[in-house]
Amino acid sequence: MIRVSIQAEDFDPAAELAALEASGGGGVASFTGIVRGDGGLIALELEHYPAMTTAQVERIVVEASERWPLLGARVIHRFGRLEPGERIVFVGTASRHRTAALEACAFLIDWLKSQAPFWKKEHFSDRTAWVEARAEDDAKAESWKR
Amino acid sequence: MARLSLVYFAWVREAIGRDEEQVERPAADVTIGALIATLAARGGGYAEAFAQPDKLRAALDQRFVPLDSLIGEAKELAIFPPVTGG
Repeated sequence: MIRVSIQAEDFDPAAELAALEASGGGGVASFTGIVRGDGGLIALELEHYPAMTTAQVERIVVEASERWPLLGARVIHRFGRLEPGERIVFVGTASRHRTAALEACAFLIDWLKSQAPFWKKEHFSDRTAWVEARAEDDAKAESWKR
Repeated sequence: MARLSLVYFAWVREAIGRDEEQVERPAADVTIGALIATLAARGGGYAEAFAQPDKLRAALDQRFVPLDSLIGEAKELAIFPPVTGG
C-alpha cells in the first residue's frame, strides 16, 4: 500500500491514480510537481543522497500513514536533469474519505520539501544557481508538527 | 584507527571539489560542528564551503541530525546545504 520510487525516469500520473483508485477507498488525492520555466530557466538539476533518500522518504510516508487512515500512498521523486514542463514529483493518497486523502497529500508534499535529501540547481543560459531553501517551506512543514 | 566517511552534496561538494573522502574518526567528545571547524581550517575550498555554519545541515549514518550532535561511532557523516526537494 505504501510505494516509494526515487528515479531518473518520467512516470505516468494516470496509471498511478488508477492504482490508487483500485485500493477500495472513497477518495484519492494527488499532487504533481512540474518544472517551471521562470526567468529563462533552461533546466533544473536534481541531486540527491542515494544511500539515504528512499529510506527517508519511506519514513515520511509511514508518518503520514500513522496520522491518517490511508489505504494507499504513492510517492515518486525524480532526480537528474529536468527541463521546464517536465514532471518532478508525484504524491498520491487514497483513503475512505476525502479529508484524510487531501490532508495526507498536502502533508507529504510539504515534508518532501523540507525533509527529503534533494538539492536543486537551476541552469540558465549564462549562469547556474543552487536553489535556496525558503523559510516559507520550512514554516509549512513545521505547521504539521504535533 | 577507525575511519569516518565524509560525503558532500550540492554547493558544499562543488566548493570542496570532491563528493567523498575518508578521515580518521575523531574522539568521542567531538561534535559535527567542531569537526567542520577543523575541516574549514584546511583553507581553500573547505574554508569556502564551511564559511557559514548556519547554512549547513548534516546527516549521521543517513539520519538528519543537528550540528551540535556527537559523531560517536558513526560510519558516515554527510554535510550539505538545507534541502530543496519536492
